Amino acid sequence: MHDYLIALIGGAIIGLSASLMMLFYGRIAGISGLIWNVVQNSRSNFSSSGLFLSGMVLGTLCVAYITGIEPIPIDSNIFIIVLAGLLVGYGTKLGSGCTSGHGICGISRFSTRSIVATCIFMASGIVTVYFMRHLL
Amino acid sequence: MTKNMTNKSYGLRPLFCYLICGVLFGAGLSISGMTDQNKVLDFLDLFGQWDPTLMFVMGGGVGITIIGYRFILKRPMPLWGNRFMLPISTVIDKNLVLGSILFGIGWGLYGYCPGPAIASLAHLHWETFLFAGAMVLGMFLRSKQEG
Repeated sequence: MHDYLIALIGGAIIGLSASLMMLFYGRIAGISGLIWNVVQNSRSNFSSSGLFLSGMVLGTLCVAYITGIEPIPIDSNIFIIVLAGLLVGYGTKLGSGCTSGHGICGISRFSTRSIVATCIFMASGIVTVYFMRHLL
Repeated sequence: MTKNMTNKSYGLRPLFCYLICGVLFGAGLSISGMTDQNKVLDFLDLFGQWDPTLMFVMGGGVGITIIGYRFILKRPMPLWGNRFMLPISTVIDKNLVLGSILFGIGWGLYGYCPGPAIASLAHLHWETFLFAGAMVLGMFLRSKQEG
C-alpha cells in the first residue's frame, strides 16, 4: 500500500478516536491537556485521562507487534532533547493545545484560535528545521 | 476539561472506553508515521527534501473529525455526560501566539509533539522518557507562572 494511503488511514483512525471522545464524553481529544490532567493529579480527570494515555501506549505496542516496525529515536544530544521537551511542554501549556487539540479537534470545529495556532506552530517548526538542517 | 462528566451509574463502561479511544489514537499515530521523528522532521523540512506524507495524516484526521463532530454536536449531550465541553475563548492573544511559536520550535528540534512522545514510551527508549519528563517540567514551569 502506498505511504500516503497508509497515512490517510492512520489519520482517519485518529479522527475516529477524536470523534468518539466527543460522542462519549463531550471532550476534546487534546493530548497535552490529558497529560496535564494526569501529572497535576486532577481529582476528577486523573483516571480517565490516564486510561486514555495508557491506551495510546498499548495501541502503539499493538501496531509495532503486528507490523514489526519500531521507530528508533533520532540521534541527538541530551541538551537538545531536554530543551525540546521543555519547549513543547511550556509552549503547549501557554498556547492551550498541541497538534491534536488545536490541529485535529480545533480545526475540525472551525475554531479560529486553533487554525491560527496550527499555522503558527507549523511555521515555527518549519523555520526550526530549516535552521537546524540547512544553516547549522 | 474541568469537570468529569462520567456518570457512575454507567458502571465501568465509560472508563473502559477511554482506554479504547486511547488505543485507537495511539494506533493511528503509529500507523500514520507520526511516531517516526525522521518522518515528522522531513515533513517540516519544507525547504529541503520535503516529505508530504503527514499532510495526509492531518487530512484523514481532520476529515473524519469534521464529519464526526458535525453529527455528534447536533445531539443535546454526549452519551455519558451532561454537556459538550468545548473551549469558549475566541481571542487570539499573546499566550496563544507565543505558546505556539515555542511549541513549534521544540517540535522542530526533536520531532516529537505530545501525542507521539507518549505513544513512543511503548518502545522503552530512554530518550523518549527524558523528553517526556522535560515536557512535563515545561508544563509545570508555565503553570507556576500562572500562579
